Amino acid sequence: MAIKDITLGQYFPGNTVVHRMDPRTKLLFTVLYIVALFMAGSPLSYGILFAVLAGCVLLSRIRLKVLLRSMRAVIFIVVLTGLLNLFYTPAGPGESPLLSFWVFRVYPAGVWAASLMVLRIILLICCTFLLTYTTSPILITDGLESLLGPLKKIKLPVHELAMMMSIALRFIPTLIEETDKIMSAQKARGASFDTGNLVQKAKALVPLLVPLFISSFRRADELAVAMECRCYHGGEGRTKLRQLRYAGRDYLALGFGLALCAGIWALGYLGL
Amino acid sequence: MEPILETRQLSHIYSPGTPFEHNALRAVDLTAYRGEYLGVIGRTGSGKSTLIQHLNGLLKPTSGQVLLNGTDIWSSKEATRAARFQVGLVFQYPEYQLFEETVYKDIAFGPKNMGLDEGEIDRRVREAAAFVELDDEILEKSPFELSGGQKRRAAIAGVIAMEPSVLILDEPTAGLDPAGVERILGNIQAYHRARNATVIIVSHSMEEMARTADRLVVMHDGAIPFQGPPREIFTHAQELEEMGLGVPQITRVFQRLRALGAEVDPSVYTVAQARDAILAALGKGAV
Repeated sequence: MAIKDITLGQYFPGNTVVHRMDPRTKLLFTVLYIVALFMAGSPLSYGILFAVLAGCVLLSRIRLKVLLRSMRAVIFIVVLTGLLNLFYTPAGPGESPLLSFWVFRVYPAGVWAASLMVLRIILLICCTFLLTYTTSPILITDGLESLLGPLKKIKLPVHELAMMMSIALRFIPTLIEETDKIMSAQKARGASFDTGNLVQKAKALVPLLVPLFISSFRRADELAVAMECRCYHGGEGRTKLRQLRYAGRDYLALGFGLALCAGIWALGYLGL
Repeated sequence: MEPILETRQLSHIYSPGTPFEHNALRAVDLTAYRGEYLGVIGRTGSGKSTLIQHLNGLLKPTSGQVLLNGTDIWSSKEATRAARFQVGLVFQYPEYQLFEETVYKDIAFGPKNMGLDEGEIDRRVREAAAFVELDDEILEKSPFELSGGQKRRAAIAGVIAMEPSVLILDEPTAGLDPAGVERILGNIQAYHRARNATVIIVSHSMEEMARTADRLVVMHDGAIPFQGPPREIFTHAQELEEMGLGVPQITRVFQRLRALGAEVDPSVYTVAQARDAILAALGKGAV
């Protein structure tokens, strides 16, 4: 697998209603969804949350295969959490172990807790991936800057933080490409990055890391010069090319998010 | 002539199954002969870089074969390793891959990876440095103290030191001044002659290719529409123009002269040929 194939947090361009939504709406909706996810306790509430996410995925036309592939990176965490819940959930009232070997006992309550926890993590990851798949990094930072705007009052350098973040995000693909290129060049000279013990592998990274550092510094330098040439001087009085504006669908989505939270809370309150 | 490197129905698809799916190569058949100086030409995104990364086994074909001396380079681990060392690949802007403390150590990186002994490594480093005109004093410097052209030559020496029987260079002259261009092309010629090595140069400059290459391969949209000696290739001026490549300026001048009714050979592509063609047209014979 080439490094380029990693899809962690990559944007897939598109023109669906989810893509066009205001990034602030998507950010807030994601937060609301996560809050609802952590309030959910019953199968019914999980069912509702699952259906909502499935609906969003369908609307965004992100292919299931792509979404599943992104899970690969976090499968370890999912499995580990599942196993811990499976083995360490104490017995429910009057339950006898389903399985028992050595020091482990598996109770029906454990199976139940583990499956809900795994489902919760999967939904959590899928919804955040959906956000980054349908929103370009630039829009996400624009949205964050706008949402964090009020914090300027307490002297937090919101614009600078957002600018740093968008520069960092902007250069991730560039650096990945660069890494790929230098790796290929050193492989062409007979370097090997995946054989030998840990020490040898670490040593093998030197021919990769030195050129990468040097080119990063060069890029940073060039970027700084290019920004100064265009009279960049920070956030004060700076206007935006893309003005963020809420549309009808954004109010609708936010209303729906709030309703979702309230509904899940109410379900928990009623004990359903 | 004996073929050294061949591709058979070579295809490559990037990121299959995602919205970024891209057919970079479509059933490419290419043959490079022993001791030949081959030019691969095509505009950005035509698949040149993808093609050459298949030739030493850096990329694995989606379908099709790459044969080195008649053996599929993916048939065994040894064959792939042999391809890495026998087919030397110099990437675009190779100076960005320099990393060692001294130029000497950097050039020695390839031979060291081949598992050669100290004496052999030393011989190869010194010979490679001589090919690219770097003297002993420079060999002891840090690669980061060198000038742009020197860095580029040091990086090329790093590949030459592996003594590949096929030397592939991707845009070796990009971003150099005219003197630097001449020097690098001269160094490559020197290696080509001294070792009877096959040289494959990738470029988008028709002028440069026309002057140096024995044979040209034109790439367009992941396929090879034309290949042959420069004179033959430049008869397709119209098609080349449509692919965004064009022909050397001198060829254009002569084609225009021909269109205006002058009795000249329209297939010339160097200034020396142009002089002979004009003399021939004036009935004076070559000098």
